[in-house]
Formats: sequence, C-alpha cells, structure tokens
Amino acid sequence: MSDPDRLSLHVPEPAVRPGGEPDFSNVKIPKAGSVPRPDIDVAPEEIRDLAYSIIRVLNRDGEAVGPWAGLLSDDELLAGLRHMMMLRAFDARMVMAQRQGKTSFYMQHLGEEAVSCAFRKALNKGDMNFPTYRQAGLLIADEYPMVEMMNQIFSNESDPLRGRQLPIMYSSKEHGFFTISGNLATQYVQAVGWAMASAIKNDTKIAAAWIGDGSTAESDFHSALVFASTYKAPVILNIVNNQWAISTFQGIARGGSGTFAARGLGFGIPALRVDGNDYLAVYAVAKWAAERARRNLGPTLIEYVTYRVGAHSTSDDPSAYRPKTESEAWPLGDPVLRLKKHLILRGAWSEERHTQAEAEIVDAVIQAQKQAEGHGTLHAGGKPSVRDIFEGVYAEMPPHIRRQRQKAGY
Amino acid sequence: MARMTMIEAVRSAMDVSMGRDDNVVVFGEDVGYFGGVFRCTQGLQAKYGKTRCFDAPISESGIVGTAIGMAAYGLKPCVEIQFADYMYPAYDQITQEAARIRYRSNGDFTCPIVLRMPTGGGIFGGQTHSQSPEALFTHVCGLKVVVPSNPYDAKGLLIASIEDPDPVMFLEPKRLYNGPFDGHHDRPVIPWSKHDLGEVPEGHYTIPIGKAEVRRKGSAVTVVAYGTMVHVALAAAEETGIDAEVIDLRSLLPLDLDAIVQSIEKTGRCVVVHEATLTSGFGGEIASLVQEHCFYHLEAPVVRVAGWDTPYPHAQEWDYFPGPARVGRALVEVMEA
Repeated sequence: MSDPDRLSLHVPEPAVRPGGEPDFSNVKIPKAGSVPRPDIDVAPEEIRDLAYSIIRVLNRDGEAVGPWAGLLSDDELLAGLRHMMMLRAFDARMVMAQRQGKTSFYMQHLGEEAVSCAFRKALNKGDMNFPTYRQAGLLIADEYPMVEMMNQIFSNESDPLRGRQLPIMYSSKEHGFFTISGNLATQYVQAVGWAMASAIKNDTKIAAAWIGDGSTAESDFHSALVFASTYKAPVILNIVNNQWAISTFQGIARGGSGTFAARGLGFGIPALRVDGNDYLAVYAVAKWAAERARRNLGPTLIEYVTYRVGAHSTSDDPSAYRPKTESEAWPLGDPVLRLKKHLILRGAWSEERHTQAEAEIVDAVIQAQKQAEGHGTLHAGGKPSVRDIFEGVYAEMPPHIRRQRQKAGY
Repeated sequence: MARMTMIEAVRSAMDVSMGRDDNVVVFGEDVGYFGGVFRCTQGLQAKYGKTRCFDAPISESGIVGTAIGMAAYGLKPCVEIQFADYMYPAYDQITQEAARIRYRSNGDFTCPIVLRMPTGGGIFGGQTHSQSPEALFTHVCGLKVVVPSNPYDAKGLLIASIEDPDPVMFLEPKRLYNGPFDGHHDRPVIPWSKHDLGEVPEGHYTIPIGKAEVRRKGSAVTVVAYGTMVHVALAAAEETGIDAEVIDLRSLLPLDLDAIVQSIEKTGRCVVVHEATLTSGFGGEIASLVQEHCFYHLEAPVVRVAGWDTPYPHAQEWDYFPGPARVGRALVEVMEA
C-alpha cells in the first residue's frame, strides 16, 4: 500500500507489452448501425454522446446498416476499393524501395487506408487539406499521378519539390493538399486560418485539418480548437487515432479524457467518433461534417478509430514496444477486406475480380516506379541541381544567398 | 504632407493597404474594437468591418498559424503581436512554417504575412515587455526583418512589407512611437511633429526593403544602427563632437551591405549599436561582415555597443539601455585605438 500522506505520480501504461497477449477489451465497439445520425444543424450539446461512441456502417457480415448507410453507389464504392488497394500496393513497393536504398525514408498507411481515401471523396475541388504524413490517400483518391509521388520520394531530377523535402512530404495545391511540414500539429491551426479566409471572402470552399492521436498533445491543437470555435470556421478537424505515436500508446496523449473526440466538447464543437476502418462510415461522417461547414454551421471534430498495422516509419520496429500479433487482434478489421466483402455481398464484386484487380494495380504501380526510376533515385541517376538549394528561399534571391550560391560553384 | 507619430504612420500604412487591397486583413490581441494597446489599429475595424480587422484569442501560435493558413488561401494578413516578447509561443510557426513554406513546396504555396511587433525598452516594461529579438529572426532563412526608426520610414516600409511576397517581421521600436527618443530619458519628450521624418504623405508610397539610409554624413567613424539606436547614435556624435557617419539599416534582412562597406572604406572605423543583448546579437554578424569585406580599410577593431547580456531589468532600465554616453565612449574608444 502506498503511504496516504505521500504523493505519487501516475504514468499510464498500455494494457499489454511485447510478450503479452494482445488485449483490446477496453475498446468498446458498438454494433454497426446503432449510432443515430443527427441533423447537421444539431446543437453540439445534444450529441455529446457521439464523442464517446463509434459510428459504424459495415457489420460483421459485410452489410451496410443503420442511418449512416446508403450514401455511395456501386461505382463509387468500387473506386474507393481501388484507391485503397492502390495505396496499399504503392506503400508495399515504396517500403521495398527504401530497403533497397532508393530513398532514405518512408511511411506507410497499412490498416489506415480508408481514412484518407474515403475522406477525399467528401470534399469538393478547391477545398484544402492540411495533412500529416499519413494521408497520401487524399492524393491517390484525387487521381494525383503516382509517378509524381515517387519522383518526390526518390528526390530525383523530376521531383516537384527539387529534393528539398523528406520523402512523402508532398505538396499539391491543385489537388487540395497543403505542403506537409514534417513538424507536428502546426498544420492544424493553419487549416483553421485557411477556412477563416474562405469565410472572410464569402467563398464556398472548406478546409480539413489532420492530426494524429499523439500530436493532439501539442499546443497548436488547442490553439486550432480555440480559433475554430471562436470564429465558427468552416473546417473539419480530423484526428486519426491509430493507437500508437511511434512507441507511445495513445493513453499518454489522451490522459483522462476518455476519447480524443471528447477534446472538442469543451469548445462547443460537435465531436464524432467513427470506425476508421469502415470506408462507408468514414465517408458518411466526413460528408456530414463537410455539409455543416458548407452551410456555415462551423467546425466539426472527427476521431477516426483505427490501427497502425505497420511501423511508424521505416526507422522503427514495432515489435520492440507492442505484441507482434496485436494487429491481428484489432477488433475493427481490415478496411480493404471489409469493403471487398461488402461489394461482393452487393453483387458488385467477386473474388476473381479482386484477384485480377490486385494484379493490375501492382502492375500499374510497378510501371509508375519504372518511369520514376528513369528520372533517378536518391543515390543514382538524375537528381535536382545544387542550384536548387539556393532557389526559392525568397521570391527574389537576396544578395547574401546569391554570394553563397556562387561560392558553392553554381 | 501630414505630421504623424510613428503610431499614426503605422496605422496609415495599414489603412492605405486595406483600402487598396481587399485581401489585406489585420488581427491580433486587442486590435479590433479597442484598436490595440498602442492604438496602432484604432479605427480600422470601424472603417473596414470586423471581418477585416478583429480581436484574436491570446494565442500567438494561433494568431501566426491562422495567418499562415490565410496567406495560403490568398489573403495578406498583417497581424500584431502585442509585444515582441510575446512572439515565443509562435516561434515554431514563424521559423519552421512561415519561413519555409515557399521553399519546401517549391513555390506551390507561399506565405505573404507581416508580423508587426513593438520591440525594445525604454517604457519601464521589465523583462517581458522590452526585448529586441531581431537576431532570433535574422538567423532564420526565409524571413525578412525590418526595423524602422521614424514615421516616414515606418509607413513606407510597412506598406512594402504588406506587399512583399514573403513573410516579414516588422519590429516597431516602441520608444519611438511618440518621438525621436535619443536616450536622454530625463529630458522632455520631443514629438515627431517637430522632426522632419514626422512628415508623412497621406497616400500610398513604399520604401524598398533592403536599403539603408545615411542619417548623418561623417568622415571619422561609421556607426551602424537601427531603430531607437539611430537617434542615440546621432546624439552621441553631437555630444562627443566626433564626425560620425550614422547608417540606419532599416532592414536587417536583406541587409544593405554595400552601404556599410562604402562608408567604412571612407571612415576606416566602425561602431555597431543595438539595444538587444550582445552575445550572438546582430552586431556580431555586422562586425564579422565588416572584417570580411573591409579588413584592409580598417584602422581600428570594430566595437559593439549593446544591451548587457542579462534580462532587461525593471528599475535599472537606464543602466541597461545603451544610451548616448555609452555610445559616445565607444566612439572615443574606436577613435583612440
């Protein structure tokens, strides 16, 4: 027994560590279809319970059920499946390319593909995402060319960012994808500012902010919620809770609040939790939030409950901090397999077509990679010029940088 | 031509810019209805509406972060950090975001923002209302750093900053807001209305960022200064009778190195003056550039006059502030060397 007169510090621990049996009994999973769908102009205080539940559409049998179902056609769902499969195949090839030394670093989405792929479809052309490093599905689902992504990853002569950025820190204004910083949480409040600007100009565009569970502890997360709440900015505040911040389990950032979605409640921001491995649920909730923003009803906070199946990046080994079999025990399943099952049940898809599509997608990724590698990889072939180091720091190069460029021989 | 204080000049710059360009927005702590603690934004909300000029929560990282997002959208935010000393919570947004968005996105996104912030001491502000953090900005590639020393420059430079395509840190020496303070704190305040540089055109004009100005021509020694210290240096030259050439940098980054070199090639001596702390201050950069570019013209070591390497004290403010006596001693020292 601890001495009642002495203080002691509470340091949260995950339920299980390596060597233990994976245990997700603390993750309460409501039945698919059981969470109501409120009107978009609902008063935030009337839906506080949505911050503690999980909105789900696909049930264990692959049926789409409940009030959040029925928004997407067969073709739209097939496109969604294809995007998730592309992202997964793209990741697999790039992880391999990193191991082959063709790039320095990579971050994959394994298990989280539904979040960014489905979300993108709830936005319109001209809307702006402020992503973190694990939302490449926003680009894939908007048909951004894979070869451009690879040119960036390989930092080759065709790299749109001229070799300046760490791999996967893409930027595409045209595709509504704000330049990724590599810093954490800074983009969250920038998204709110972008949304405020759209409102200031009486525009129709909305913004989407992205953050991971761990980075919600940053002060910029809280700044973003204050500004979004105060000015009712047309922004969707996304939190991707994939359970792990590198080696740190989500309880370290979450503290005693129960859920990350609950962070929104004190700000009067409607806060919803959604099954992040359910393409239909992600789309439905994102669409609900986008509608709210577009109708000038203000921000919505969404927590996507998902699981990071792979390592944080190519620089860490998850078996050092969590049981190896934990991902298999994750109760919300695999987003690709769940949507596949649903489409087969709908009669829009089959095992054969899936196998065939998989092969076609892998082939397309390999073709793109061949093309990109033709422009070079990190240590071989064409690369950006040394001159590119000095360009673009300012719109116009100041004299001191020009002197340094000349000193470097360019 | 009107007579303006530096506050009125800064306000006029924002007024002119907001009138010419709907994309210019102004916000910050207390800047909306009230018009700012130094009154720099007074009347702008009434004139342009509360979506163009508004109060912000007390969250500097939020203010700068939202400004960056607005700039990415296409606005030109000119925000106020209530005191330069309050910018630290926003330092991450300034240094790793605003400064690098153009570079890291290869121009796909840009960050045309202006952060105005009152800087320097002389108002008994103590350690959290007196700092001069310019060197923390000049060390960051991607930022421009401007420090005006008078109303005419303040307006022209602020309009140029708002129109600049890159982020500009605009440091307003608060002790100069109401007059050309020369460090003689025990003498009556001279208002800008009695000074030539208090004459400010009502309309639009710009002063190019990166061009210094010679405030006093001289042949004996070059004094490199900016902000409040320009006036202190002028007083020191008069009081010592040393024929100093006083250069007002106006912009620290980009720096008008040519103006410094030309002057020192003539005088052969150099004193660098700033109110910020000495160690790793911008004066160190100037001194280094001077020895790199003017070594064979130098007849004496470069001397720096700066704030002591301590926090800015409250009661001992005038023992901390590098006033005309200290600058004067440096002038004598460099002449006797």
